[in-house]
Amino acid sequence: MKKNLTAWLCLLPALAFLLVFMVYPLVDVFIYSFEEGYNFASQSYFGVGLYNYDYVLHDPYFIQALKNTFIIVIITVPLSTGIALFISLELSNIKLIRDFFQTVYFLPYVTNTLAVGLVFMILFKKTPYSDGLVNILIQFFGGTGVDFIDGPYWAKMFVMCFYTIWIVMPFKILILTSALASVNPMYYKAAKVDGTSSFRTFYKITLPMISPMVFYLVITGFIGAFKAYSDEVALFGTDLNAAGMNTIVGYVYDMLYGNSGGYPSYASAAALILFAIVFTITTINLMVSKKTVFYN
Amino acid sequence: MKIVLEHLTKRFPNRNKKIKDEVVAVSDFNFTIPDGKLVGLLGPSGCGKSTALNLICGLEKPTEGRIYFEDLDVTGLEPEKRGVGLVFQNYALYPHLTVRENIRFPLENLRGEDKLTKEVMEEKVLEAAKLVQIDSLLDRKPNEMSGGQQQRVAIARALVKMPKVLLLDEPLSNLDARLRLQTREEIKRIQTETGITTVFVTHDQEEAMSISDIIVVMKDGVLQQMGKPQEIYDEPINLFVAKFLGTPQINVFEGSVRSEKVYIGESPVMDAKGVGDGDVYVAVRPEGFIVDENGPLACSFINREVMGRDTSVIATNEHFLGENIRAIIPSEEEVVPVDGCVRFSLKPHKVRLFDKIIEERIRTE
Repeated sequence: MKKNLTAWLCLLPALAFLLVFMVYPLVDVFIYSFEEGYNFASQSYFGVGLYNYDYVLHDPYFIQALKNTFIIVIITVPLSTGIALFISLELSNIKLIRDFFQTVYFLPYVTNTLAVGLVFMILFKKTPYSDGLVNILIQFFGGTGVDFIDGPYWAKMFVMCFYTIWIVMPFKILILTSALASVNPMYYKAAKVDGTSSFRTFYKITLPMISPMVFYLVITGFIGAFKAYSDEVALFGTDLNAAGMNTIVGYVYDMLYGNSGGYPSYASAAALILFAIVFTITTINLMVSKKTVFYN
Repeated sequence: MKIVLEHLTKRFPNRNKKIKDEVVAVSDFNFTIPDGKLVGLLGPSGCGKSTALNLICGLEKPTEGRIYFEDLDVTGLEPEKRGVGLVFQNYALYPHLTVRENIRFPLENLRGEDKLTKEVMEEKVLEAAKLVQIDSLLDRKPNEMSGGQQQRVAIARALVKMPKVLLLDEPLSNLDARLRLQTREEIKRIQTETGITTVFVTHDQEEAMSISDIIVVMKDGVLQQMGKPQEIYDEPINLFVAKFLGTPQINVFEGSVRSEKVYIGESPVMDAKGVGDGDVYVAVRPEGFIVDENGPLACSFINREVMGRDTSVIATNEHFLGENIRAIIPSEEEVVPVDGCVRFSLKPHKVRLFDKIIEERIRTE
């Protein structure tokens, strides 16, 4: 008992912080989301119910944000993981100037999101003075240019996904190259003696061996992509609703502090919907992983 | 499958890039491994025996020389084209696959004409598993098995394609003493049953002696001696081989030959017909001593160790090289040191003479 007491005492600071900054806000958000007609100034509300959820789910801006978020998740998570895996495999195969390439691939990780956004703007944006580098290239090869930043939805979404993939890749490459390096080379020797094709070696040996790391990247990738917001701001500015490129987190932010903001109840409801989605997807991921991920 | 090595040499660039000298792992190997024999590649750590095995297997390509399987030159062939099975020191079983899947893995690699149906694969897996007696463990994962069982799985995986040559890299070094004895008998049994030409690498001379048909002794990449275990034990061609084989180690004295007699110090211990005068090493196997109160070799007695079957007499002599002399005598014989001194005479056929400079064997007539 006395031992326990000491342990609890040692844990107290951490627990206090968790309670104040994690548990309390979570409970609070939950409560807010059910309080109808909450008034920020008077801190009063009319009643308790599901109206906030009803409102959010019928808000065209939220539907748009939901759609955008899902598109970003579905496109960027598999693509970025796949490309990162490919690059890592190639990186572990080359011997010459490997450090150089590793540095190059890691650079985006240490570059500021907004700086990267600026570079993408220069590459893709059409201005009165210039069509942007990408458009110039498209026109050079005989295509018609398109405004990627203020143009049609698919063009904006393309830039958005391209940007997201580019920004999340370095971390994945870092994790995967170290995972690949940790596979004992004797397995490859054994496979070679048995005449295993390189594809089969990858699929049957390498992939299962690094599956815990791949799984980690998929889970964190999903969560990160669902919580996308700052990347959108970096490309399309703060008025994401107008650009039609808002995300769920962006919607929550707008509901709190945006031009049409001041509705913590709606924001809470949207946040809880996001939580429910992420929770479901992560649970599915965990269930799938039980069958496919191998822990030694 | 007969394996012929011709002037086989493997050099590696030095790890320290500043040094230009290359490391010679295998130097000018010339020997033939006869068909259907169990061959032990024996040598101290770092002598290049694993490299030699990798060369035969094809994981390494020789710098010079050629390798033939029967009449076929396989020097440039990839491992999978050579029809060899390899068992790794750490087994290299795929940890995420069951025993069955591990053994089946090489079969699933077969493509084109050689492609097997599921039923045939299953049959072959079972056959290999039965051979190494693990057919009841097929659905386990490697980490649910003991080291000895894992070793058997590794052997089954190497055998399932019925290779013409089976190669084992330090197959027993990861096992405990009791399992090692068991497994080495297993290897011998499997080899005898299948008749596959088998080469195994070991640094343990006892292991090599006990199961090999032929032993190849290596040192620093150079082949020292090749022959039947008893031959090598009885007729080592140099001091290194003499010292490397046999436990307890051979006892080496500084001695000399004068008028066809071998002296240790001033004591004449035996005749040496046809040997010219000069300094020599006198190497005596532990079983070559006879306790004899009138014997020529006087040693100061230190201790006796009773083993039951026989007795080790531990003694020392000023001309002895190394720590203590170990003489093994039948347990019936009594050792009575007089004034702390015990006298031996030597069995001439257990004594070998070596040149003091080049350490090669000096033969008596």
